[in-house]
Amino acid sequence: MWKKQTLVAANKVRKLLFGMGENDGFVFKAVVYLLLIAIGFVYLYPMLFMLVNSFMSLDDLVNSMIKWIPSTLYVENYSRALNVLHYRDTLMQTIMVAGLPALLQTISAGIIGYGFARFEFPCKKILFVLMLITFVIPPQITMMPTYLLFKQYGLLGSLETFIYPAILGQGLKSALFILIFYQFFRSMPDVLEEAAEIDGAGSFKIFYRVAVPMAVPAIIIVFLFSFVWYWNETYLAGLYFGNELTILPLELQKFTDSYNKVYPPGSPGSQLNEAIKLAGTILTIAPLLILYFVLQRWFVEGVDRAGITGE
Amino acid sequence: MAKLKISNKRRKAVIGVAFVSPWIVGFLIFTLYPMLYSLFLSFHQVKITPVGVKTKYVGFDNFNYAFFSDPVFVEKLLNYLMEMVLNVPVIIVFSLIIALLINQKIKFRGMFRTIFFLPVIITSGPVINELLSQGASSIPNIEQYGMFTLIESSLSPILAEPILYLFKQIIMVLWFSGVQILIFLAGLQKVDRSMYEAARIDGASPWESFWKVTLPVLMPLVIVNVIYTIVYVSTFALNEIILLIKNNMFSTITGFGYATAIAWIYFIIIMLMLALWTGVLRMKKR
Repeated sequence: MWKKQTLVAANKVRKLLFGMGENDGFVFKAVVYLLLIAIGFVYLYPMLFMLVNSFMSLDDLVNSMIKWIPSTLYVENYSRALNVLHYRDTLMQTIMVAGLPALLQTISAGIIGYGFARFEFPCKKILFVLMLITFVIPPQITMMPTYLLFKQYGLLGSLETFIYPAILGQGLKSALFILIFYQFFRSMPDVLEEAAEIDGAGSFKIFYRVAVPMAVPAIIIVFLFSFVWYWNETYLAGLYFGNELTILPLELQKFTDSYNKVYPPGSPGSQLNEAIKLAGTILTIAPLLILYFVLQRWFVEGVDRAGITGE
Repeated sequence: MAKLKISNKRRKAVIGVAFVSPWIVGFLIFTLYPMLYSLFLSFHQVKITPVGVKTKYVGFDNFNYAFFSDPVFVEKLLNYLMEMVLNVPVIIVFSLIIALLINQKIKFRGMFRTIFFLPVIITSGPVINELLSQGASSIPNIEQYGMFTLIESSLSPILAEPILYLFKQIIMVLWFSGVQILIFLAGLQKVDRSMYEAARIDGASPWESFWKVTLPVLMPLVIVNVIYTIVYVSTFALNEIILLIKNNMFSTITGFGYATAIAWIYFIIIMLMLALWTGVLRMKKR
């Protein structure tokens, strides 16, 4: 009897702590939240640190008493970083450098993906496999001859070095985007196409009248990811653009050098400190962060709808 | 009628090729030709003059130089291999855990998702570099409390070494796992709810149903993520070997020929890595 009672009590405790086989026990919940908060902290910590420190004056930086709350909001760091990055000019260039290739890449990936998904033609399988393989070829293999090619045709330093590969489906991670459209268009019901055919629509008309309007979620996602990846691409941009064009991350990379040009060392109060550099970093990622917070629905939930994972 | 059908089929094939043709042209110009040309260059000494490219055949000299004379290449390659073997499973397991966590019914789910997807947006080398150097300052806190020395003293060096390495790498691992979390999460949402119900009725604990229901569904995505991770980490702009390739391109001593040679060695190693990992995962699946 006594034994049975403890068993019942123990079971009750067990239920409360570990739940009923569903993931609803108290211990389980606590562990989940603890993990989420701990991991979230690791992501947020460097961001917060940067944000706080970018508002610190030199006095605050050296003062060991001040760690998280600056004594005054010191905006001088930002005005200097804006100058050093040539912010307005660079931002406009970055938007153009990321936006135009991304737009063209989205269009070409859509067309190519549609071709692979809705038509049968000889060698399709081989071409498709080759297309997938291009995803794992590191750009380092192809970039040197491509560099020479661009040089030969005098394209170095112009945006065309990004545009031509994007139009021809060989831009940044193009294979991935073609695959997304491929998955999407393959799931389009045949009935729609047949109905349009009976109405006398040709294949191209079906593409832009029926398929494209349906693919709007996929189009938005591909464009956003493409935009973000072009925005962040410093390696190829640095190689192809030379000194003609620049993007924000590239300017950040050479922040120290350009700082010394704008504020020559020696003049009073011109020393580059960590806070100014952090302000520069914040300014570099701020546009993307704003884009992300405004459109995050598309980044977070859209992946599912675009069928990235396939069936 | 039959004739009409055949011609219709042929017409459709032509239109299909028309849709794909931009890719075919692009593949020839921007992928196949550069690949073959860089293979050609890797066996040559290359001089870029104002009149054009001058090449001199040197056989396997460039490759020999890479393995036997280059003071840093082999060392960097070994570092890269160690990074691949250690970091890839960590990134995969970590992103799977996060995906599982934010797939739960939790409070502030939107907020947590927003935070965990930050790495999807922030992928540029210089920014990540800044973040790493800032974030690194949170790890010394752990160091201060003697955790590192505890691990070092209580475990044999063979075990302690990789564990310490992981601790030092954890922040970077976090910033490399954005898209992988997205892919896992999309997969998790496709798992049929009723399968969990069925498993529960059969008396499976959540732990068991994870291994028996969730993981088998996610297995193809694990392979996708492994491929993605290897490609992403290998081509990351601040990867040491990648920087080495770029430096050699414009070096007056080694130049284009040598740079293409190490790019090809690197490419082959990446392919071997991919084959190795997908092979291991395929075997496990059976």
